[in-house]
Amino acid sequence: MAEFFTSTFGDYLGTAIFTVLMILCIIVPLLLAVAYLTLAERKVMAAMQIRRGPNVVGPFGLLQPIADGVKLLFKETIIPSGANRVAFVVAPMITFILSLIAWAVIPFDDGVVLADLNVGILYLFAISSLGVYGIVLAGWASNSKYPFLGALRSAAQMVSYEVSIGFVLVTVLLCVGSLNLNDIVKAQADWWFCIPLLPMFVVFYISALAETNRPPFDLPEAESELVAGYFSEYSAFTFALFFLGEYANIWLMSAMTALLFLGGWQAPFDVAPFTWIPGWIWFALKASFVAFTFIWVRATFPRYRYDQLMRLGWKVFLPLSLAMVVITAGVLIATDSLPKKNNALPASAVESTEPASD
Amino acid sequence: MAEVQIKPMTMNFGPQHPAAHGVLRMVMEMDGEVVRRVDPHIGLLHRGTEKLIEYKTYTQAIPYFDRLDYVSPMCQEHAFVLGVEKLLGLEVPLRGQYIRVLFDEITRILNHLLNIPAYAMDVGAVTPFLWVFEQRELLMEFYERVSGARLHAAYYRPGGVHQDLPAGLLEDIWDWSEQFPGIVDNMETLLTDNRIFKQRLVDVCPVSAEDAIAWGFTGPVLRASGVPWDLRKAQPYMVYDRMDFDIPVGKNGDCYDRYLVRVAEMRESLKIVRQCIKEMPGGPASSTDHKVTPPSRGEMKQSMESLIHHFKLYTEGFHVPAGETYTAVEAPKGEFGVYLVSDGTNKPHRCKIRAPGFPHLAAMDFLCKGYMLADSVAILGSLDIVFGEIDR
Repeated sequence: MAEFFTSTFGDYLGTAIFTVLMILCIIVPLLLAVAYLTLAERKVMAAMQIRRGPNVVGPFGLLQPIADGVKLLFKETIIPSGANRVAFVVAPMITFILSLIAWAVIPFDDGVVLADLNVGILYLFAISSLGVYGIVLAGWASNSKYPFLGALRSAAQMVSYEVSIGFVLVTVLLCVGSLNLNDIVKAQADWWFCIPLLPMFVVFYISALAETNRPPFDLPEAESELVAGYFSEYSAFTFALFFLGEYANIWLMSAMTALLFLGGWQAPFDVAPFTWIPGWIWFALKASFVAFTFIWVRATFPRYRYDQLMRLGWKVFLPLSLAMVVITAGVLIATDSLPKKNNALPASAVESTEPASD
Repeated sequence: MAEVQIKPMTMNFGPQHPAAHGVLRMVMEMDGEVVRRVDPHIGLLHRGTEKLIEYKTYTQAIPYFDRLDYVSPMCQEHAFVLGVEKLLGLEVPLRGQYIRVLFDEITRILNHLLNIPAYAMDVGAVTPFLWVFEQRELLMEFYERVSGARLHAAYYRPGGVHQDLPAGLLEDIWDWSEQFPGIVDNMETLLTDNRIFKQRLVDVCPVSAEDAIAWGFTGPVLRASGVPWDLRKAQPYMVYDRMDFDIPVGKNGDCYDRYLVRVAEMRESLKIVRQCIKEMPGGPASSTDHKVTPPSRGEMKQSMESLIHHFKLYTEGFHVPAGETYTAVEAPKGEFGVYLVSDGTNKPHRCKIRAPGFPHLAAMDFLCKGYMLADSVAILGSLDIVFGEIDR
């Protein structure tokens, strides 16, 4: 494929066109998935709350997300007079863009990945840490009290839970010996990491809820306290960007959970009926299941209080994940099962990162 | 270095805030997340009810009581009607008394069914609200069947109730009462032992019995502090002295106890509802003194006197002997009292209303000081404030 474009359009243009096409191949289905996650959330919550959910626009309400999107697109973007105009508009863009570029390193199937970085997981971690900027900027630029408090809460919350997510990742890395997501999935051929690393899986899942500002950690946008939190002042498309970014982040966290702990694209059992199903479907199923549990949690639990959230993050998860890092490392050394050093980059990484230079 | 005085951040909580329960406006002084001072502002829903009542006949005044605390209409009618009856020295027939007690307790369940899940929603749990709201709908159907209105019933009248129960209603209420405990159990599975719910409410804003009495708390808020004060037991009106029920009392007076007391009260109310249906006597539902209660349609066709009574009652209304009374009932939110002064005419000279929510709201500063913003929302929910009765 890449050769076809480079031979028709020349090296630079061809590579550029090819890359853009690849990006579109990821982003378009992703945005569709995001749109339908909003519908799924409303439908699943409706079922849990003994009601119907959206069922008017299209069959079973299937066109509802599109109607919502069109509505938000056609509305006027209102910028409050006291707001910092530039920061106010840039903030949702940051959130949205960050939630999309993280997908560059997510492998959908064996080797099917836009950029097969050998530090893929570090990249993911870096991107998700940047996510807080969009929120803080939004809260500050709105020049209003509820968004400001929401942004403060959000900043504190995301930073605290990233620490424990970091340690969770370290334990996974210890077991795999590689930062490449493809390798991490392959290392789970025998055992999905959710079994040997069960406590870490739980910590990661809960931290993922906190990281995406989902209930029971939805303090930054706690409607009974802060109206709509950091996006109280947003309307129309700027609001839509926040919304899309937030749901894209839910997918991202679901995908990460699937990759790190649920064996990514691998079939649950390596036997006939399971292996017939292509890997990317397994991956989609697992991510969807995690996303479903996100919705399930939202329908079930009340919200934490700010200090309780901080206590949980710093006094429970952090010591727990630190201890688990030490224990995992100790067990691996004691049983001499540390993964051997592996310098060879996967072939696909060389192909997709190098072509611009040759 | 000179000490710098940091100005606390003032925040406007309401009147258009999703957790502000109607039109509450609280000006909060915040120190970060901690509430330093709360200044509740009232009056945004003021309709001049008390003054309006002075210009209406006694019967015309009843609908205003539905519109005070619009979540528990019939209990408030009851306070006014009881006061008028006391001034008139009027006896209510036994069936009328049972019907009133029955609907008082339905009203109590109706009120708690709104408050508990709305409270849970303030704390962040959305599902209980939708799980139990259907039950409110069923209860309001019972309202509709006796009075013709789902909410603003105007069903109680001096001397009894407006009309006797329609055929089949008692059986339907009985059927409803069979399935209702299951719904409450379901709701409790989501809340009572929920870790996060308890973390949010237990030991948040405990109020001692002395403080609760000093601030004038009544109803579930007072009982959660451990004071077994309930007008239904302390000064029984109607047939409450015949009813077999307990008064749930809390231990710590914190937000969690207030929740538990309300849940237990719903179960006790259900007991009363069922006992009322079992014991419902026959006879007239309303006093036969047609100087106060209108005669039946049939009588009006036959008797001149009845026709005159009807005409007088629906134009001039009845005259109430001069005197004054303070009559209170145990409304779902607490002691709802009416201070009624009559000058012997057909209109009340003065009608002062004691709304239970008013002292509760007045204590917001005392209750919220030093707690976090999220706690103040939980405290507000636990007080069960409805602005119709506070602003009047």
